[in-house]
Formats: sequence, structure tokens, C-alpha cells
Amino acid sequence: MSTTHVLDQKSKTAGYEADGSLASATNSVYETRQLNLWYGANHALKNIELDIKENEVTAIIGPSGCGKSTYLKTLNRMVELVPSVKTSGQILYRGRNIFDGDYGVEELRTRVGMVFQKPNPFPKSIYDNIAYGPRIHGIKNKKILDEIVEKSLRGAAIWDEVKDRLTENAYSISGGQQQRICIARALAIEPDVILMDEPTSALDPISTLKIEELVQELKKDYSIIIVTHNMQQAARISDRTAFFLNGEVIEYDKTDTIFSNPTDKRTEDYISGRFG
Amino acid sequence: MRYIEHDTVVRRMNGRMVVNTIFKSLFLLATLAALMALVILMYQIVTQGISHLSFSFLTNFASRFPDQAGIKAALIGSIWLMAVVAPTSIILGVGSALYLEEYAKQNRITTFIRMNISNLAGVPSIVFGLLGLTIFVRALALGNSILAAGFTMSLLILPVIIVASQEAIRSVPGELRDASYGMGATKWQTITKIILPAAIPGILTGSILALSRAIGETAPLIVIGVPVIIQFLPAGVMDTFTALPMQIYDWSSRPQPEFQQVAAAGIIVLMVVLLLMNSVAVIIRNKFEKRY
Repeated sequence: MSTTHVLDQKSKTAGYEADGSLASATNSVYETRQLNLWYGANHALKNIELDIKENEVTAIIGPSGCGKSTYLKTLNRMVELVPSVKTSGQILYRGRNIFDGDYGVEELRTRVGMVFQKPNPFPKSIYDNIAYGPRIHGIKNKKILDEIVEKSLRGAAIWDEVKDRLTENAYSISGGQQQRICIARALAIEPDVILMDEPTSALDPISTLKIEELVQELKKDYSIIIVTHNMQQAARISDRTAFFLNGEVIEYDKTDTIFSNPTDKRTEDYISGRFG
Repeated sequence: MRYIEHDTVVRRMNGRMVVNTIFKSLFLLATLAALMALVILMYQIVTQGISHLSFSFLTNFASRFPDQAGIKAALIGSIWLMAVVAPTSIILGVGSALYLEEYAKQNRITTFIRMNISNLAGVPSIVFGLLGLTIFVRALALGNSILAAGFTMSLLILPVIIVASQEAIRSVPGELRDASYGMGATKWQTITKIILPAAIPGILTGSILALSRAIGETAPLIVIGVPVIIQFLPAGVMDTFTALPMQIYDWSSRPQPEFQQVAAAGIIVLMVVLLLMNSVAVIIRNKFEKRY
């Protein structure tokens, strides 16, 4: 698994090799155990038990307010930016509880990249956007940065479109291209997992298609967890699907099974469009 | 059954358009009234002061004789004062704003602090003068030095800078913070690389407005005991000095009518200094301005 990491990052991920080999026995990147989360008094996630497999695309579906985005943001602890959030239970990332006191969020987030719902490039050049992650983690060498930028943009299938305009502001390109820049930016920190929070909901159908194809490409090297409102999208691109409802996991199985032969009545109702 | 009768709508259209025009004219009138006041003021000052304005006016010290009176000490004194006020107030102000917006927990205490900062912005400047007299001039024994006056002025404009910086920091889109934190950036990296570059135009606008207020304030300087007639230039921040508004105040309160012209010339100099400060702000702002 660690061979998929493209650049030399021995220094950055020294402990990671050990973690990786440990996790390969179970083949899960994430194991969620009895996870509960409250926004103030609002019990948003209830006793979540979910294992996320390595090098797969895991889709999380469910109606608005079911907790799917909250769960995704818990995986890299971004949810803690919301004041008044409380959690209990465990999320093991490669065998290590991410809520452990000595597990720094910064460390976790260099291994778990995130792509957001709305394209959110920085008001900087395309180059500086991609180089942001490597730079904050201490890479100053211009040659290495150039290499990372090209590799990441190629990885996000946007290199050919922007290679002659790397110094232009990232806002000068289209929304669909911006979202792929954001994916490239996430790839630049050479993560292990990529979290995607409805990454195509603000995009047109063609840009959506490009991102979906990209996700298929990326799962060879990364484990991807994608929250989506679009059930066809989940069916098209994911290997496994979790159906969330009112903060609970109703059903979690292979995507084929969920969409062709769901065991729970509520899952069937939701995927057949009877509510949600 | 239709609720919107289109004939009635057409019939009433004239009345609606008249009301529309009336309010447009009213607002235009309001703008013109303000503009007129400004034009009259400028006209009076320029016609009075232009005759006295010369190069020697800038290079002469104060004098009993109106035709020899110059503004050198006050102009240099005001520049010294700004050299203390600008770094002190901007560093403290932006620091406080960053703490309140990015670090502090959002609870009753921070709400209380925030409310009080806004209220402080409305406290009369003479009160800050008294505060400066008590703390800087007497307790810290800085005397009527540039440093004492500079610290007092910094206190006076600090609330404005904090509030303006808070607004600027708050207006940086949350998605940019998310993107930065999501890549494992620390808070400090996010502040220096993302938040401050995006907030600098707003912070600068507020700061320059506040500094413009400081350069024109007289009351706190009078309370601190800043002298008017000074025949030498300060050599350091512990020296005593005088400032433009003090000098103008003194000239305008003299009985000889010629001194009114000298005061007007002083006001022109003060306004040119203000204009220069604002231009610098605009230049820096345009350099940093980026769209989201």
C-alpha cells in the first residue's frame, strides 16, 4: 500500500510504514467504534460502527441532515472547528484512535486529504495553491515543489489544461477546473485517504463526469470516502455504500447489494426515491 | 379569479414612479448638502491660507510675527507622533482582533469584551487624554514626550482598529480556513498565509482612517501638556514636541487677523498630510486586493 506514495516522503511518514503493515492485516483504513457526536444538545451521530476498506471508494448517502457530512468531517476531525461539538467512542485510523490526546490533528490531516462541496481554491496562483500543502509541511526546494505541482495536477487530470497558466489566479478558471485544482491540492500532501464532501454538487454534468472518472483513477492509489446526494453517482463510482438516516447507519454493504437487494425497508425506500 | 389586475397595476404605475423619483432626489440632495459643506470649507481655507503658503512656511519655526511663522516643528512633530502611533496601535489592534476572532472561545466573556471595545470607540478623546496623563505622563514618568503622546493616541484609536480588523478577519471566507486546516496547517500558518493576506485590505483601511483621526486630534495633546511654541526639533521619542493640530489651534486663537491666515495655511498642510496617508493606504490596498 505504501508503495503507492509517489514522492519520497520517508521523513514524513516514518511511522506510517509500521502503521500500514499493521493495518494490512485487517485491510481497513478506518474502523469506527461506537461513535456518538453531539452539536450542543443535538445528537447528530448515534453509535456509528463502520469499517472503511483500503483502496476502495466508499459512498455515504442519505437525506439532508442525516449526519453523513458530519461523519465525514469527523474522520479528519474538521468537525471540531464547530464550537460545542462533543464526541464519544473511537475512530481507529490504521489502528490508532484519532481522538487520542497525543494524536495531533495536523498529523492526521496530512494523511487524510479533503475536498469540499464548493470549490475553495486560495486567492493565489494555481501553482501556489498546489504548493501550499508541501510548503506548510516544510518543503522549500523549488525543484521538488515543481515536481509535486506537476505530479499532483497530472494526478487530478488537469495538468494539460493549466500547465501554461500556472501563475494565473486560481479564480480565473472554471468551477469544474477549480474543483480539480482542489483535488490536486489535496493530492499534493500525498495523503493516504481522500475525503470528498459532495464534490460535484456545485458543478455542471460534464465537470461532474470528469470528477467521477478521476475518482475511479484515484482509488488505485488512495482510499476514497465520498458523501453524495446523488444516488446514481454513488451507484456509478463506489464499491461500498453506507446509508445514513437520522444520525444512524441503517445499512452498509457492497454498492451492488445496497442498490439491487437492500435488506432494510428504509434503504429501499430511499434509493427508490420514495423519500429524501 | 386573478389577484393581480394588470389594468390596475398599469394605472398605479405613475404614482409608483413619482415616489421612486422623489426618493432618488432626496438622497441626491443629502449627498449634495454634505458635499457643499465640504466645498465651502475648502474654499474658505484655501483662499485664506494660500497667500501664506510658501516653502519658508514649511521650514520656519513658530514666531510671534505672522509673516515669519512656520510649521516646521509641528509638521516634524506630527510625523514623529505617527511613527510611534502607527506601529503601536496596528500591532496591538491586529493582535487583539486575531485573538478575539481566531483563538478566543466564543463565550459570554468574549462577547462582553467585544461589546466594550465597540463602546470604547465612542469615548470622548479628552477622556483618553486624562488616561494618558495619569498613566504615561505621571505614573510611568514619560513626561510630555512623543512616547507619552503616542501611547495615548494609540489607546484612543485602538478600539477603531480592533473593530475594523475583526470585521476584515471575519469576512475572510470560512472555506479558505477549512481548506488550509484540512491540509494539516497549524492555526498560525493559516493566519499568516491565508487569513492575513486576505484581510489586509480591510485592516489597512480601518487603520489609516484611525491614524487620520489621531493626526488631527488636539484634546488629548492639550491634556497631556504638549507645548505649542517649540524652537527645536525632537531628537528622539523621549523629547517634547508639538503637533499640527496644536499649532493650528494656537494660531487660530491669536488676536491678530494675520494669524488666521497662518492657521489656514497650517490646515492646508494638515490636509495634504492626510491625503498622502490615504493615498498610501489606497496603493497598498490595491496591491493586496484579491477576489474570492
